[in-house]
Amino acid sequence: MSTMIKMVRSLAAVAALAVATPAVAAGANVEIHPQQWSFSGPFGFYDRGQLQRGFKVYQEVCQACHGLKQVAFRNLAENGGPSFSEDAAKQIASEYTVVDGPDDDGEMFDRPAILADRFPSPFPNVNAARAANGGAYPPDFSLLAKARAAQRGFPWFVFDIFTQYQESGPDYIYSLLTGYEEDPEGIEVPVGQYYNHSFLAGQFISMAPPLSDELVEYTDGSPMTVDQYAKDVSAFMMWAAEPHLEDRKKIGFRVMVFLIVFAGLLYFTKKQLWRNVDH
Amino acid sequence: MAGHSNYVPQSAAAKWLESRLPVISLVRGSFVDFPTPKNLNYWWTFGGILFFVLIAQIITGIVLVMHYTPSTDAAFNSVEHIMRDVNFGWMLRYLHSNGASMFFIAVYIHIFRGLYYGSYKAPREISWILGVIIFLIMMGTAFMGYVLPWGQMSFWGATVITNLFSAIPLVGESIVTWLWGGFAVDNPTLNRFFSLHYLLPFMIVGVVILHVWAFHTTGNNNPTGVQPKTKQDTLPFHPYYTMKDLFAIVVFMILFAYFAFYLPNYMGHPDNYIEADPLVTPAHIVPEWYFLPFYAILRAVPDKLGGVIAMFGSIAVLFILPWLDTSKVRSGAYRPMFKQFFWIFAGVCVALGYLGAMPAEGWYVIFSRIFTVYYFAHFLIILPMLGFLEKPLPLPASISESVLKGGSGKPSGAAAAPETK
Amino acid sequence: MAHNTDAEEPNRRDFLYIATGAMGVVGAGALAWPFIDQMNPDASALALASIEVDVSAVEEGQSITVKWRGKPVFIRNRTETEVTEAKDVPIADLPDRLARNANLPVDAEATDPNRGVKDKENWLVQVGICTHLGCVPIGDAGDFGGWFCPCHGSHYDTAGRIRKGPAPENLLIPPLEFVSDSTIKIG
Repeated sequence: MSTMIKMVRSLAAVAALAVATPAVAAGANVEIHPQQWSFSGPFGFYDRGQLQRGFKVYQEVCQACHGLKQVAFRNLAENGGPSFSEDAAKQIASEYTVVDGPDDDGEMFDRPAILADRFPSPFPNVNAARAANGGAYPPDFSLLAKARAAQRGFPWFVFDIFTQYQESGPDYIYSLLTGYEEDPEGIEVPVGQYYNHSFLAGQFISMAPPLSDELVEYTDGSPMTVDQYAKDVSAFMMWAAEPHLEDRKKIGFRVMVFLIVFAGLLYFTKKQLWRNVDH
Repeated sequence: MAGHSNYVPQSAAAKWLESRLPVISLVRGSFVDFPTPKNLNYWWTFGGILFFVLIAQIITGIVLVMHYTPSTDAAFNSVEHIMRDVNFGWMLRYLHSNGASMFFIAVYIHIFRGLYYGSYKAPREISWILGVIIFLIMMGTAFMGYVLPWGQMSFWGATVITNLFSAIPLVGESIVTWLWGGFAVDNPTLNRFFSLHYLLPFMIVGVVILHVWAFHTTGNNNPTGVQPKTKQDTLPFHPYYTMKDLFAIVVFMILFAYFAFYLPNYMGHPDNYIEADPLVTPAHIVPEWYFLPFYAILRAVPDKLGGVIAMFGSIAVLFILPWLDTSKVRSGAYRPMFKQFFWIFAGVCVALGYLGAMPAEGWYVIFSRIFTVYYFAHFLIILPMLGFLEKPLPLPASISESVLKGGSGKPSGAAAAPETK
Repeated sequence: MAHNTDAEEPNRRDFLYIATGAMGVVGAGALAWPFIDQMNPDASALALASIEVDVSAVEEGQSITVKWRGKPVFIRNRTETEVTEAKDVPIADLPDRLARNANLPVDAEATDPNRGVKDKENWLVQVGICTHLGCVPIGDAGDFGGWFCPCHGSHYDTAGRIRKGPAPENLLIPPLEFVSDSTIKIG
C-alpha cells in the first residue's frame, strides 16, 4: 500500500504546484450562470414538457435565422426526446417545405417535409446567411450545445470529473440569452451590435436580444419569461446535440453495476488462486 | 518464447499440428507456462491493460469505418450520422474517442513504471526501444484519428502539426506540401490520414509482439530489479497473472466506462463539434491532452526549428535512456536519491501538460522554459550523475528473500510488494 | 477460509469460479450485441422503410417505377384486357402457384385477384426484381405481355407471374394499402 500512498502524496504535491502557477484563464470575464438541468448527473433525463416548450421557442423565435440541419422530424417522435406523437411529428413536418427531385422533367421541386426529412436550413449556404445578417453567421443549432463552452480552469476541471459536469454548453447558451444589458457607461457599442456580458467572443454580439417576456405563448402554465424561454430553448438544444443522452446514461448505469460486481468476483477469484503464494 | 513450454501433445491431432507448426507450445510457452516473477505489483498489469485497450480500439474502429465517410464534404455529417442514426453508434464512437485517452493514460503509467523500476536497463534495452517506437506510432495514430471527424480542432490541429515539418531547412516546405497533397489541409490530406489511421494500429500490434518477445527472452523485470534465480522466484503466467491482469483490466474498464458513458466529451474540445472551416481559426488551438507536455516543450523554445527539435528530442532522448542511466542498480526502490528525482520529474511532466493547455504568454512561457530545461536535464545530467553520486540500498539476494522479509526492515521491500496482497 | 474443512472448501471455491466465469460469459454476450446490431439498418434507413406514392397521374395502361428500400417497385394501372387475360390463366398452368403477396397468407393461390390490389384489381404493385438472380425485368415485354427479364430470359405475365424461363417464383408483392383514392402506402 505504501507506494500507493506515496504516489497520492506526490500527486497532491504536483497539484499544489499547479495551483501556485498564476491561473488567469483567457476570457475569464465571461459571466456564466450555471442552472439546474434535469439531464445532469448519472440519472439525468430530459423533461419532455421543457423540450416541447423549447422547440416552440425555437420555431417561433430562432428558426428564422438558425438551422437545425442534423435533426430529422422523426427525431421529434423518438423516445428520449420531446416525444411528440407520430401524428404530431408528421403534422409539424408537413408545415416545412423541402426541395426534392429531380422529377421526370429534370426539375427540382418543393414538397412538404415528411418524417424522414431533416430540418431545412433558413439559408441555402453560409454566405447567404452572412449576407442576410450583416456579415454575422447565425450558427446552426444542431450541435451548438456541445460546441460552446466557457473555459473551466483549474481546479474546476478536476472537480468536474467527480460531479460529472457536462452542461457547460446549455449553461453558456442560457447565460448568453439572459446576458444582454443596457450599454454600460464609457463603452462604445459598434453599430448593429449589442452589449452582452456572457458572449465568449467578446462583449459585442451581432444578434439582437431575441427574447422578451410574453413573446411565446405557453399553454402548460409555465412562466412566460425570458428566463424560462432561455432555459427551455437551451434544454432543447442540448437534446438536439445529444439525442441519445438518456439511453447513454441508462446503459451506462447498468454497465457500471455489472463491472463493479464482476470486478469484485474477479478479486476474490484472484485472491483464492494466490492464497498459497508468498508474494 | 516456446522454450519455456513443458507442453507434450497428447492427442493425435495435436501431435500432427505440433510437428508441422508448433503453435500450441508457442502460445503455452509465452502465456501459460511462462515463468513470471512472483512479486510483480499492480503497476505491472498495465501491459495487459494496454493490450486490452489496443484490441478494443481496433474493434470499435473497424466498426466505425463501416459508417464513416472520408471526404471533406461528408466526414463531419457521417460522424453525426453515427452519433444519431446508427444503432448504438453513439456508444461505439464514444468508446473509440475516449478509448484513445484511456490508451494514453495506461501507456503513461506503463512508461513511468518502466522508468521507476529501471525496466529500460540491460538486458531489456530492446524491449524499451520497441516500446518507445510503439509510443511514437500511437501518437501518429491518435493525431490522424483526431483529424477524421473534420471539426475545427481536427482541421487546425492537422494544419499546425503538419506545419511543424516546415521548420526543416531547405526541404521543409516541400515536405509539408507533400504531406498535404495540396496547398492546404484538404480532401487528399483527410483521405491519406484515414488510410494511415487504419493501417498504423496493425503496425502497433506487430511491434507489440516484438516488444513482448524481447522481454520474454530476457525475462520480466520485477519490483526488486533482481533477476529470478530459482523456481521459487517465479510462477507460471497462467492462471496467476492471467487472473490478476483480468481483474486489473476490469477495474480499468470501470474508469473507461465512467468516461464513455458519463463524461464522453470531457476530454474532447467543444470546437470539434463545429465543422472544419479553412477560413476561420479557433481562438486557442489546443491539442488533445495527451500531447500537451510535448506541445508545451514546442512552444517553450522561441525559435521555430528549435521548438520542433526540442519536441522531437524530448521523445528521442528516451531511445538512448538505457545508456544515460549509469546506476548499477535497476529498481528505483533501492535508489533513495533517484526516487526523489523520479517524482520531481513526474511532477514536471504534469506541469508541462498544464502549461501546454494555457495560452503562450507571460508566466506560462517562463515556467514552460524552466520545466523544459529540467525535462532534458533529468535525462542528460541528473541520471548520468546519480549513478556515481548515489549510495544505493543493499539489494535482496533473491525475489523470494525480499518477499519473505515483507515490509519489515527493508524500506525497499515495502515499496515493492505489499500492495499485491 | 483457512480453517474450513477439506470437504467444504472445494465447493465454495468452485462456486466462486463458476459465478465469475458465468458473469464473464454474460458480459461478453451483452458486449457483443452493440457490435452486431450496428450493422442492422439504421434509424435513417428505417425512416424510409415505408413510402407513400401519389398515383393519380398514372393512366390506364401506364406504369411508374418508384424506389422503395433501395429497390424498384413497379406500379401498373392495368387495362381491362390485361386483367381478363390474367384471370383466364388456369392455376395449373403456372410454374409457381403461390400468390407471393405479402398482404395475404403465404399459402394463397396465385389467382389474379390475389395478385392485384384488393378491391382495385386494375392496380398491380410488385417489387421489380426478377426472382431468378436479382435483375430488373423490362415492362411490356416477353411472350406473355407482362415483363421480361433480359438477364436469363424469364417471362412474366400481366399479373407478374412467372410463365417461362429460369425464375422460380412470381414477382414479389410488397406490403401495401391505398391510404386515399390516389395514394398508395408501400411498406
